[in-house]
This record gives sequence, C-alpha cells and structure tokens, in this order.
Amino acid sequence: MKMKLLLAGLLTSVTLVGGAAQAAELSIVSGDTGSGLAFLRSQLDRFEADTGHTVTVVPMPSSTTDQFGQYRLWLAAGNSDIDVYQTDVIWAPQLADQFLDLSEAAADVVGNHFPSIIESQTVDGKLVALPAFTDAPALYYRTDLLEKHGKSVPETWAELETTAMEIMEAERAEGNSEIWGFVFQGNAYEGLTCDALEWVMSNGGGQIVEPDGTISINNDQAAAAIDRAAGWVGTIAPEGVLAYMEEESRGVWQLGNAVFMRNWPYAYALGNGDDSAVKGKFDVAPLPAGDGEGARSAATLGGWNVAVSKYSPDPEAAIELAKFLASEEVQKERAIQQSNLPTIPSLYEDADVLEASPFMENWKAIFEQAVPRPSAPTKTDYNEVSSLFWSAVHDTLSGNGSAAENLEILEADLQDLKGDAW
Amino acid sequence: MATDAMAPVGTAATPKIRSELMLQRVRAARWFLVPMMIALAIVAGWPLTRSIWFSFTDATLNDLYGAEWVGFGNYLRWQVLESGTVRYRGVLADPDWWNAVWNTVRFAFWSVLWETVLGMIVALVLNAEFRGRGIVRAAILIPWAIPTIVSARMWGWMLNDQFGIINDLGMKLGLLSAPVAWTASADTAMTAVLIVDIWKTTPFMALLILAGLQMIPKDIYEAADIDGVHPVKQFFRITLPLVRPALMVAIIFRVLDALRIFDLIYVLTPNSRSTKTMSVLAQENLFQFNNFAEGSTQSTLLFLLIAIFTILYIWIGKVNFEGGDR
Repeated sequence: MKMKLLLAGLLTSVTLVGGAAQAAELSIVSGDTGSGLAFLRSQLDRFEADTGHTVTVVPMPSSTTDQFGQYRLWLAAGNSDIDVYQTDVIWAPQLADQFLDLSEAAADVVGNHFPSIIESQTVDGKLVALPAFTDAPALYYRTDLLEKHGKSVPETWAELETTAMEIMEAERAEGNSEIWGFVFQGNAYEGLTCDALEWVMSNGGGQIVEPDGTISINNDQAAAAIDRAAGWVGTIAPEGVLAYMEEESRGVWQLGNAVFMRNWPYAYALGNGDDSAVKGKFDVAPLPAGDGEGARSAATLGGWNVAVSKYSPDPEAAIELAKFLASEEVQKERAIQQSNLPTIPSLYEDADVLEASPFMENWKAIFEQAVPRPSAPTKTDYNEVSSLFWSAVHDTLSGNGSAAENLEILEADLQDLKGDAW
Repeated sequence: MATDAMAPVGTAATPKIRSELMLQRVRAARWFLVPMMIALAIVAGWPLTRSIWFSFTDATLNDLYGAEWVGFGNYLRWQVLESGTVRYRGVLADPDWWNAVWNTVRFAFWSVLWETVLGMIVALVLNAEFRGRGIVRAAILIPWAIPTIVSARMWGWMLNDQFGIINDLGMKLGLLSAPVAWTASADTAMTAVLIVDIWKTTPFMALLILAGLQMIPKDIYEAADIDGVHPVKQFFRITLPLVRPALMVAIIFRVLDALRIFDLIYVLTPNSRSTKTMSVLAQENLFQFNNFAEGSTQSTLLFLLIAIFTILYIWIGKVNFEGGDR
C-alpha cells in the first residue's frame, strides 16, 4: 500500500518537473552522485546546445537495487514522464519488454563497441540499450607499502593472503593500529555476488549458472574459493567488511588503512584526489587467480547503458539522446573526467585518455578477463538467483555453515526456482 | 450541539433521533463525510482490494494485466509425489516467510516494550515542575521529528565499525575490546535496529503518556500524600490505572507501526536474514524479484495479521477510543 502511495507521489512530482512538456523536452534518470551528476549535466548542456532539445535530469537513489525497483514500477505503470533510462548491465533481460529496440537506430555505431557488451544488451535479437561505459574491478594495491616491505604484487589469492598478513602485522608492530590487509564488498547485496563470482570463477568453479542454463555452483572448487574468503574476515579484513559496500571499502582504503582493495575503476580518480591520504601511493592490477584446475584471474563485468522507454512520447529525440550519451566523444570525456572505462576499443589507445588516466592501459587486460553475471541465462529470475547466491555466500562469510553445506542448499533452491527451464 | 449531532452518524439512524432538525443535521453530516470517504476509497480501498486480488493470480510486473486466476495457490498448494510424499509450496509453506513473521513479532515486542518503559520514565520526568521544562519537552521531540530514512542513514554511519562514533566511544571508554560491526553481524543486527527504533520512537510514546498524565487531577496525589502512601505505591495504585486508557491507545499505535516496519530496516540492514520483516520481504518479492503475486500474497497476509491483532487487542484490552475511563 505504502509503495503505491509513494508511487503516486513520485509520479505527481515527476509530472510537475516535466510539466510544461513540449515536443523536445526530455527526461533522463540518473543515480549518479556528486561529480557524476555534474558531469552528466555538462554533457547534457552540450546536447541541448547542439540539438535545441531540453533535458531534465531526474535524480535517483544511488543504490542500484532501489533504482531497479523504481524503474520497474514506472515501466509497469507505463509511465511516459521518463524518456531515457540509465540501466545496469544485468537489467537488459529483465526490462527488455519495456524498452525500444535500438538495433536499427544504432546500426551505424554498434560495430564500434566491444561485441561482448553489445551482446549483453541484446535480448532475443532486440538491442535493449546502448553502452555508456563499462566496468571491471581490479586489485588496488599500495605501492609504497609493498616497496617498503619488499613484496611484489600478488598474482594468486594465496599470495595476497600472505602478503596482506605480513605487511599488516609489520605495520601494526610499528604502531599503525588501524591498518588492515584487504578490503572488499561483503555486504549481502548485488556487490557480493560480483565479488564472490570472481572468487569462484578465478578458482575454476564456474559461473553459478552456465550460459546454457545449467546450475553449476555446487562444486568443490567453488566451495574452496568461498571458504578461503571466509577465512579473511577477522584476519586480513575487518569483521565489518560483512557490511561494506563499495563506498565503505573505499573509505577504509582512502584513509590509508588498507594494503589491498577490490574495487571498480571509479575509486582510481577519487583515490588520487587532493584530499586523499593515498594520493600517488597506489596502483592497480588484475585480480588474483585461484589455484584449482582452470584457475585464472576473473573480473565481474559491470557497466551502464542507456535505454529508451517504450512509453516515451518523443521516441526520436529520446533515441538521439541515448545515441549521444553512448557516442565516442561523450565516452572520451567520461574516461578523462570520470575515469569510467569506455566501451569503444579505440579509446583505450587514445592519447588524451591515456594522459588523464594512464591506468586504462592496464584495464584493457582486466576487461579481457571479464566474466558476465548469469543474467542472460536466468532471464527474469536473475535478481532472485543473485539474492540466493549472495545470501549463501554471506552466510558462509559470517561463519554460518561451511561453503559446501550452503552451496548444496543453494543448488536445491536454484533448482526449485528454475523448474523445467529458466 | 454540533458534536452531539456528529456522534450518532456511525450507528446510522437510531430511534433516538426524532426531531426534523436532528435528521437534517445527520443528512448534512453525511454529505460532509462524502469527500473523505471517496478519498479513502481511492487511496486505501482500491489499492487494498487490488493487492488482495493480485494475491489470487499469477501476476508479474512485466505482465500485470494478463494475470490469470490461480485461487489459493500462492498461499498454499501441494503436490503428491509418486512415492506418496506430499510437497507443500506457497507462502504459508515458505521458511523465509515464517522467519520474517518471527522477526517482525520479535521486533514489535521488544521495541514497544522498551519504548513504553522508557517513554513512561521520560513522561514522569517531564510531568514534574522544573525550570526550562518547555525547552526540554521540545528538545526531546527531535528524534521523532527526523525522517526515518535520515536517522537510519545517520545511525548507519554512527554504527559503522571503522568510522563509527559508537565504536570509537566504546573503545576509548574501554567498553569494547574490538570494534563491533553492528549492522553486519547476524547477532547484533536486530539489536542495532532496535536501538535506532527505540531512540526514534520513545519521544512519541513519552508525549502520548505525558498527555495522559496531565489529565490526572493533582488532588488525588495530595490526598495520598496526606495518607502517607509511598511514592512507588502511588505510581502503581494511582498513576498507572489512571493513565491506562492513554497508554493502551499509545501502545496500539506503536504496535501497528512496528508490525509494518519497513523504512528503517530497508535502509539499515536491507538484506540481513536476521532482520528481514514481513514488509521488507513483500517489497523484495513485489519489485526486486519477478514474484509480484507472491509479494501481494505476503502483503495480504500482513494486512490480515495486523487486522486480527488489532481486533483482539481492542477486544481483550477493552480499549476505549472515545476517551474516558474504560
């Protein structure tokens, strides 16, 4: 009941915002905060100057879960107030029915993007959204601390464990009592699905649900990977990591209180900000690999896209806006100002981009190791699959049963959810 | 007179109303009630009916209007396997649902209990005469005036294990040996939620009880003092019985609120199994997962539970909403 009232309220306020709607007045939602919002506005100003359309930004909560719930409601209600949506890479199969097919409109530019990203946004031959930027996490490490203690950048999780432990103990012995070895995202939410998928995949444990729809998560290598992560909590990682999302881990890291961090590229530009305690003292590397059969470094594919609502009163202008936001020039600006990874391969060799964000060269390698979350095979059930997975992992991390036990239950739950087919 | 005319409207035309004037007034009063009734039907009646209807269908958010009737299948359905084993499915057979029910009841019980006790203490203090009482009364309302989302975020940072002030204070005062991740650990998550809720809602309780306390005539206490009755005995024999009607109403407000708790938990510990309440679970199924019908079923059950509780409470507790003693 409450949600419906809330919806009514929101709809009214949105109507008021876009009240004096004329043919070329567009609305775009954005969950960005701070500099992200300012950046979007600056690009929209350019768009307005070029085309004569006006664009209103409707700010949304920064939590993607909240955004998804809201968008789903709006789209289910056929809301025509929002023209362009910014969508997470995993949403395409779940919201495909409510977005316009962009394959014709974008036929001229589709070929410029990474094919794997275009594929992730294509559902049953329909191009649901255009990629605005991509995301793949990396291992952030403190160059100064590694140098001081004579360590090299870890390439396996086992190396990371020992290096983190040794540096942490040595630093603590010197009186730096706040220091921790490794921070990541351990809260029970979508972020944990990303982190845990990397542990499992890097240990040769599959990707929860394989592209053909097989449930593969209940295997020894996956269990070993999650058990190993459970061993970090309270030893090299603070216990509070069980409640950390991206920003909490960045908080610990940016105060200089962690040797390693797993995070997305956005933390790179912020970590080099003037108020950062780690400015110029860190670098990034691909995430470590496990040690089972088929072990390799793995990074969960993230990224944001722009989609056009089926209910937009002015679809042509809306598509124009979506194409603009996915265009090479905006992606270049975005890479320079926001350190977001472009989805256009040629930009990784662009001199201006590399000057502003030299780390992007490394990121191309990370991106090549990227693993998609199983949103394509599980279709509309993805959110529930993810929630079951992160709950099983979170239980294991909090010492509530071993990984083998929790994964066995998870497999049964997923089987129930799947039924005959996804 | 005006209030006299309004009172019998609920019970329709009783034989007491005979005069033409009275009948006319009742008719006029009905017309005045019409806009409110229409508004209520639109904002409460219609959505409620629709939610209940959805709970009997297989609706999903991608296909709300093509929903088909499935009867009580979302509540409970069963399947007899070849071996003769019966498999139960549906919300009533879902351990997550019962976990949420149990969490909600636990939360409602402890939060209301503490809020009542603390609210009573605060109200008794504020009822005493002292200088600056007005300022203190206003100041104590501040937690209640802060929107829940804001206070939940604020406490979320205060309870944070690395930058939180609670852990910092605890460590400096030697109360904690290591920082506690209040909202993360399954053992402390419910405590954290309770702390924030009690902090926020005690002022509301205190205010309602204070209003009740001020209704009690002073001369009863004077008489008791003359008879040499001990203050503690005065509290249990005079204050408590006389403040009871106000207290009962305050408690039911709080219990209804606590049973449908959503915002605080959604912000503070959104995915923790140990704090997930009925509303949070219903929201998750409705909007996050592709289970609109199941979420509607959970909302309907929540509505039924609250309705049954309210009826029982009013009946057993003999609560009189029209004021006066019993």
